[in-house]
Amino acid sequence: MALSVIARLEPGSRAAKRGMSDLAIRNLFIIPTITFLIVFNIFPLLYSLGYSFTDFRASTNAPAKFVGLDNYKFLLNDEFIWRNFTITAKYVIISVTGQVIVGFGMAMLLNRDIPLKGLITTLLMLPMMLSMAVVGLFWKLLYDPSFGIINYGLGLGKFEWLADPDVALYAVALTDIWMWSPFVMLLSLAGLSAVPKHLYEAAEIDRAGSFYTFTRITLPLVAPILMIAIIFRTMEAFKTFDMAYILSSQPTTELIAIRLYKMAFLEWQTGQSSAFAYIVLIMVVAITNIYVKYLNKVKER
Amino acid sequence: MANLELKGVSKNFGANKALRSLDLRIENGEFFVLLGQTGAGKTTTLRVLAGLEKPNEGQVLIDGEDVANWTVAERDVALVLQQYSLYPRLTVRGNLEFPLRSKIRGLNEAEIADRVERVAKTLQITALLDRKVERLSGGEMQRVSIGRAIVREPRVFLMDEPLSALDAKLRETLRVELKKLHNNLGATFLYVTHDQVEAMSMGDKIGVLNKGRLVQVGTPSEVYNRPCNTFVARSVGTPPMNLIKGTLDGSSAVMDANGFCLPVQANGTAAGKDLFFGVRPENLVIESGAPVEAKVFDIEDHGVIKILTIEVGANKLHATVSAQMKVSLDETVRFGWKADKVLLFDQATGRNLAAS
Repeated sequence: MALSVIARLEPGSRAAKRGMSDLAIRNLFIIPTITFLIVFNIFPLLYSLGYSFTDFRASTNAPAKFVGLDNYKFLLNDEFIWRNFTITAKYVIISVTGQVIVGFGMAMLLNRDIPLKGLITTLLMLPMMLSMAVVGLFWKLLYDPSFGIINYGLGLGKFEWLADPDVALYAVALTDIWMWSPFVMLLSLAGLSAVPKHLYEAAEIDRAGSFYTFTRITLPLVAPILMIAIIFRTMEAFKTFDMAYILSSQPTTELIAIRLYKMAFLEWQTGQSSAFAYIVLIMVVAITNIYVKYLNKVKER
Repeated sequence: MANLELKGVSKNFGANKALRSLDLRIENGEFFVLLGQTGAGKTTTLRVLAGLEKPNEGQVLIDGEDVANWTVAERDVALVLQQYSLYPRLTVRGNLEFPLRSKIRGLNEAEIADRVERVAKTLQITALLDRKVERLSGGEMQRVSIGRAIVREPRVFLMDEPLSALDAKLRETLRVELKKLHNNLGATFLYVTHDQVEAMSMGDKIGVLNKGRLVQVGTPSEVYNRPCNTFVARSVGTPPMNLIKGTLDGSSAVMDANGFCLPVQANGTAAGKDLFFGVRPENLVIESGAPVEAKVFDIEDHGVIKILTIEVGANKLHATVSAQMKVSLDETVRFGWKADKVLLFDQATGRNLAAS
């Protein structure tokens, strides 16, 4: 194997003149990347797994004590943690559903010959190019009860979007929908424009109604790419932190990422928060796997 | 069942004129073949009839009714395309049922199943009914696509080169089947193709289309034996008709190339004009006592017949002879023609002078 690799090196190349083998060049490119991955991703991952079984606190010099599964037991029995999970689930469902409906709708509207289509598409994509923190900051201004433009525009007076514990989560989800619908739109648009036009013509000739055409032709053909958009958005929504953290500090908007941040860096419960992070990781992987299974099924059909 | 009529239909795509004031009439139950090269406007004609394109000018009539404001669905035509257009992710059954599930038809499950069953039997695809369309071969796909047109029992069948994407053998089989289908259904077929063999063998009538204009309409034998101009003469028949430049002197044709003469039937209007003498390869006679000498340039052996290319001066002519005839390359042969089968075309206009 190695021999054949060496043999493929261009004999007249500069690398060959310096006496480097093809293998050496390959290593030159790969080793830095692997090193980086190990140092910044894999090592912390394993190290935090170790911490998750201890009562380690990064703020003190006290040596870490091994506590076995105590952290996990405590977290899974803590009703406040479960509330965080419920809130997150609600948030994920609302915001992803909203993004799919709005994004796919926009894609359907754009998937035709309209003037300035390119410009409109680009402008619609602007929200997702912004920083999450910036979006959080200016939507906070938009939601402001006394001078916010939303209350002004809707004539809601001094309605407290972010301070009202019942509404705050919806307000955060709405911001997320605003920001990420374009992403779903972009993928849907790619899927929609890949549906051959002659299929629509054939359906028209076959006297199929527009709803029937949509469910029988459009949706099945766009489903796989739409699933990919949903997977991405679910994973992202699950770990939403900065935008929600900036927008609202209500207990009803405390997503798991926020809870995790507080636990790790405000309360300095490093060991416990590592365990928490692992629980979240397992959940995200599990949910993603369900989606991927479903995606494969959709593709097969 | 219906007759179709186009009256002065023009269709432009930007500056490109796809159809120029096209007049076409297709009788009820006719198998009409539109023959033309790529870009002649065949597909556009179909799409205008189906209602997928709006004509810039002119009228489309179905059963004598102007259908300008009818939607595609209301025209109730079936369209079979070269690229099959099967609905992906559905089974063959799903595809055949698709047009029947439309609410306007109001068919119940039993009727749908019955119709699908019948059509599948006709096209011999019963065994494939529960297969996904992605798993079918080209020929099977085209059968399903034809089946999807038949189940609807439409007024008119429009077919846009349905056999072009298939291999030669399959094409022949389906050609026969389509023809049989037409006989059984008695429906009006408009069939578009660039393949003149297909046109000749299938059509009750052929319309030759060139650059958005209908050049000639007639039965296959009319179009073959009496082409109205040199364009039709060149595009119908393999090998194509020989066209030799020359002039008429009394009742003999004098060729420009090297002045050889052959007898023709006198034609008053042709005297003194620059002409094309058109003669089909099978009407050239090669025998030892014939008037003109030529050299054999090429021999194609087709089993039943041989097609010779013979060289007379600058002219290269095709002649079909029986396969038994012994002939070798570069051999000198003598040929003549059947004087009554020779057509005269005006060189300036390309028109057949006998027809006018």
